[in-house]
Amino acid sequence: MIPLLKHIFRTGILTETVALAEGGPQREIDRLHDEILRILGRALTIREVDAGSCNGCELEIHALNNPYYNLEGRGIKFVASPRHADMLLVTGPVTKNMENALRIAYDCTPDPKLVVAVGDCGCDGGVFGENYASCGAIANVVGVDLRIPGCPPTPLALMQGILAAVSKRSP
Amino acid sequence: MFLADDFPIDFTLQPGVGAPVWRGNAPSGEDLKDFAAATHLAAGRLCAMWGSDERQRGGGYRLHCVFGLNRGHAWLSLDLSADDPVYPDLAGIFPAANRMQRATRDMVGIASDGGDQRPWLRHGAWPADWYPLRHDAVHEVGMGVGFPNLPSDYDFVQVGGEGAHEIPVGPIHAGIIEPGHFRFSVVGERVLRLEQRLGYQHKGVEKLFIGADIERGARLVGRISGDSTCAYAWAYADAVEAACGIEASSRALLLRALMLERERVANHLGDLGALGNDAAFAFGLTQFLRLKEDWLRLNAEVFGHRFMMDRIVPGGVAVNVEPAALAAIVEQCAVIGSEVKKLRTLYDEHAGLQDRFVTTGTIDAALARELSLTGIGARATGMILDGRAHRHDYTPPPPWAALGVRPVTDERGDVAARVAVRFGEISESLRLLREIAVGMPSGELRVAIAPRAGGSGLGVVEGWRGEVLVAVRFGDDGKLARVHPHDPSWQAWPALEHAVMKDIVPDFPLINKSFNLSYSGADL
Repeated sequence: MIPLLKHIFRTGILTETVALAEGGPQREIDRLHDEILRILGRALTIREVDAGSCNGCELEIHALNNPYYNLEGRGIKFVASPRHADMLLVTGPVTKNMENALRIAYDCTPDPKLVVAVGDCGCDGGVFGENYASCGAIANVVGVDLRIPGCPPTPLALMQGILAAVSKRSP
Repeated sequence: MFLADDFPIDFTLQPGVGAPVWRGNAPSGEDLKDFAAATHLAAGRLCAMWGSDERQRGGGYRLHCVFGLNRGHAWLSLDLSADDPVYPDLAGIFPAANRMQRATRDMVGIASDGGDQRPWLRHGAWPADWYPLRHDAVHEVGMGVGFPNLPSDYDFVQVGGEGAHEIPVGPIHAGIIEPGHFRFSVVGERVLRLEQRLGYQHKGVEKLFIGADIERGARLVGRISGDSTCAYAWAYADAVEAACGIEASSRALLLRALMLERERVANHLGDLGALGNDAAFAFGLTQFLRLKEDWLRLNAEVFGHRFMMDRIVPGGVAVNVEPAALAAIVEQCAVIGSEVKKLRTLYDEHAGLQDRFVTTGTIDAALARELSLTGIGARATGMILDGRAHRHDYTPPPPWAALGVRPVTDERGDVAARVAVRFGEISESLRLLREIAVGMPSGELRVAIAPRAGGSGLGVVEGWRGEVLVAVRFGDDGKLARVHPHDPSWQAWPALEHAVMKDIVPDFPLINKSFNLSYSGADL
């Protein structure tokens, strides 16, 4: 236990204050947290749905929870069920074999819900496009509030996109 | 010449600097089956199986099998008639053939003469008598047009008996992970049987390759499985270069190795963290994800992309690495090496963690061999099988031969063994990275490459997960006529079904993560 605690102390706190908007202030990340609380009245919960990605986007979504970005420490939490989610973070392209499952997940997410399409494939089908096995963009299957392009989008782009989606709901 | 001189098959060695591949045609289905049986007897493997439509070239269909033997790979093709494209079932010899045969039937419409005939990739999004990879298989593109998407039932094997029941999981899983369906048959908490149903990630990649040029093919192949983008890009480059008769420079080969090893380390770091987390040791996740993020940030600095996508291309590499960047890589290797060493001691000495890892999710070497398993899973049963390393009768392709790669093995076959192999491979990769960075020669980054009409080739690369293969054939128009990428997950998914047997349901996430298989890579 002692070596473990020593390791933790030696590592310190690595979470970065990320400027979320271009030229934004250092405290932008705290503003994001306040913004989410103001708009939603609670922490933001996200259900991630991989509807056909190459798993590249998932690697970067995973990175959001590393100590540098520390998304969960900022009140944004990934949940296991769409029924517990405020937001669906969907990667694509939507395969025909996942079309039905994505629709069900969407229907299970309580209103008002936000849907964010992640990655070039989620935005417009990307290199795969639409074909006999692919529906292409997420928006072809469920309503999308915001798109985060990139192949894959960086964790920073993902954070900016999540904030932008929440802000769109802003009264 | 591989197994016995009396085989009626002439093999010729594929040209180029890639992994050794011998190519031949089987005169008949029986000869193919005999070769498969002899390969099995010689403790060889079935590496990949796919089909192609040769009717435009005056033939019928063609079945392709790649076998792994001690000296290298044997790519064996069998011509099938257009009217009755049937070949002998190989699943009785190599169980790994089961899903590949079913996928080949779904995609090309050529079938085995027996065994499991359930569809694999086709879930009902296209009709049973329509085969996407036939050249006359046209379809309308767009939502609401084309085939109706009618999800079909799947005939899972049922387990009976008092108290036996099923737990269906997926296709959408509880975490941030790719989709697939797992059907557990359990008594209490104990898993009697796991049956996977995959194909949810099938997005028509193989069809997209048809008619594409080399560049477009490279972009596609780098997105077969994002976590293995370098391995796929390299295997594709090897295949295209063999087909077109060109060779990348030794500088380009070393830069490719640099990227492949960085990909290996990145994935092992992430998985070691996730393995700690799945055993309720969140400290491990946080620490390893920190190291992984440092690693990816240097990737972005040096290669211009956190995962180095599109940096390995046919003809060489698409990025130069300056001496200052090489120095930064060497420096980072030292830092990460010392951090990982400390974390390994913490993992090894953590009783709760070891209690979850040791004897969980076990497979032995005999089973690994039977299932044609490669990569981490195989080496964690004690098998010395690594395409980068010398072994009896096998010389690895450049640049590996000169680097003297030491394969990492562990004989226990459980989660602990796969964890140990990953730790060991991180150290070995760090050593290789330092050696590559220090000894980087000058030379051309990328040589011009022109498609050779009718040319074909096979690339084999030892990715972080296991053996990645990409087969390429050009048409007479110089466009890609057929590309088949093969992920090591094809062989490893069935191994996971075995590994979880007799363990309890809550151990599944841990066992699953110790392999961390690709859905997209195998669903195509």
